[in-house]
Amino acid sequence: MFETSYSEAPFKFELIPIKLRSVSFQKLGNNLIDDISLSINSKGITIILGPNGAGKSILMRLLHGLEKPSSGEVLFNGINLNNTIRLKQAMVFQNAVLLRRTAIENLSFVVSLQRPKQTSNLNKLLQEVGLYEKKNLPARRLSGGEKQRLSLARALVSRPEILLLDEPTASLDPYSVQMIETLLIKLRNQNTKIIFITHDLNQARRLAEDIIFIHKGKLEAYQSAREFFNNPESKFAQAFVQGKLIF
Amino acid sequence: MQLFSESLQTAFYLIVSGNSDLFEIIMLSIKVSLTSLLGSIVIGLPLGAFLAIHRFRLRSIILSILNALMGMPPVVVGLIVYLYLSRSGPLGFLSLLYTPTAMIIAQMLLVIPIIAALSTQIIEDLHIEYRDLFRSLNVSTFKAIMAYIIDARMSLLTVILAGFGRAISEVGAVSIVGGNIDHLTRVMTTAIALETSRGNLSLALALGFILLAIALGVNIFAVKVKNWAMDK
Ligand SMILES: Nc1ncnc2c1ncn2[C@@H]1O[C@H](COP(=O)(O)OP(=O)(O)OP(=O)(O)O)[C@@H](O)[C@H]1O
Ligand SMILES: [Mg+2]
Repeated sequence: MFETSYSEAPFKFELIPIKLRSVSFQKLGNNLIDDISLSINSKGITIILGPNGAGKSILMRLLHGLEKPSSGEVLFNGINLNNTIRLKQAMVFQNAVLLRRTAIENLSFVVSLQRPKQTSNLNKLLQEVGLYEKKNLPARRLSGGEKQRLSLARALVSRPEILLLDEPTASLDPYSVQMIETLLIKLRNQNTKIIFITHDLNQARRLAEDIIFIHKGKLEAYQSAREFFNNPESKFAQAFVQGKLIF
Repeated sequence: MQLFSESLQTAFYLIVSGNSDLFEIIMLSIKVSLTSLLGSIVIGLPLGAFLAIHRFRLRSIILSILNALMGMPPVVVGLIVYLYLSRSGPLGFLSLLYTPTAMIIAQMLLVIPIIAALSTQIIEDLHIEYRDLFRSLNVSTFKAIMAYIIDARMSLLTVILAGFGRAISEVGAVSIVGGNIDHLTRVMTTAIALETSRGNLSLALALGFILLAIALGVNIFAVKVKNWAMDK
């Protein structure tokens, strides 16, 4: 139903494994990320779980180079995160950041930055997130869920090899969630590495190949999805899955 | 009261008959103010953008100075420019005193702080909103500033109109550095002051009406622009 706008050959996972080496991140004396070491080898969808304030968004910002670790390193296939790697990533923020322009202009802005210009079918991208009819509407006139879908579409304009998604379906209706999940599965099948933050455990069950669970800035579990839900490594993870984690 | 209504009649007659003195004064006013506005935009807008997106030690001092200059009495600005341009002043060799250029310089000193200070605030708000996205997309500083200016164009336009208002309605500075010389540096405001003191109220009133019409027109335009931008 949702045709993908990608006609090019699938990626070759050139940025995998994604490795964190003793990464810490401090702000105002707080250890927001506390000595996390981790190697993501999976080529499927990696889902980050954890309670509010656990440090999920900060972890993602560290992966995208929006924050610099206070100590430790972030490596993609053995290379320290640099601008070349960053340009092969795209991130969708928890709170959609949209330009004060129309929906379609939000996408064409990304094209305007490209040297050389890539060909991308912006109309098709908008169709894929169900926003084609609203293409000429100012982005700030869109609903919350539409804004999220627009920022996802914008992230796809540059055809990223790594897609970082911070709760992209948090305020979507069930139909739109399904639409986005279908799109993500399609992207995964074209070898886009997707890292995804969600609070929806059923969604995690549906999509995840592996799961990162963090709590109070610490890595509590990194397991395949099936192991995580059947036999979590950490008692916090167990309580979280059962909806009982108190902090 | 009779004086007033008579003056009013003459004023209208002067305007509709296309009195050449009157129009010379009006055209010079507009020319000087638009030129100084243009210069102020070219300097003030990039300065505002720079201050909006960079953090450095002198920043808050520069912002305080700009804010102070925004409220500076025009006569003081006029006096300072006069001292610089007068024959014995440091720029006296340029012989600019009592020329339209001197008036443009004085007006720019009045308008640049308005444009720079207000656009700093507008662009800073946008910068805070867009910062993560632009870093994510690796947008160069130049392209970021262009995007801020494009996306804040309506608010920036109202700032520019405010600057134009200050320039065209100002009398103290331009009379000091321009000297209100007939056919050379006489603009609407200085002419109004002079004609009033001479008792030539009809000419003063005619000029006053036109100045009022321009100011009103600019303001109505600014409100229209703002409302239109709100709908976007
Ligand atoms: N600049 C900062 N200075 C101090 N504390 C911060 C800063 N940024 C984030 N934090 C704190 O770090 C913690 C983790 O924030 P983060 O946004 O990563 O949480 P999260 O796991 O994404 O939560 P949520 O599920 O609510 O999105 C929070 O307690 C937050 O208050
Ligand atoms: Mg978060």
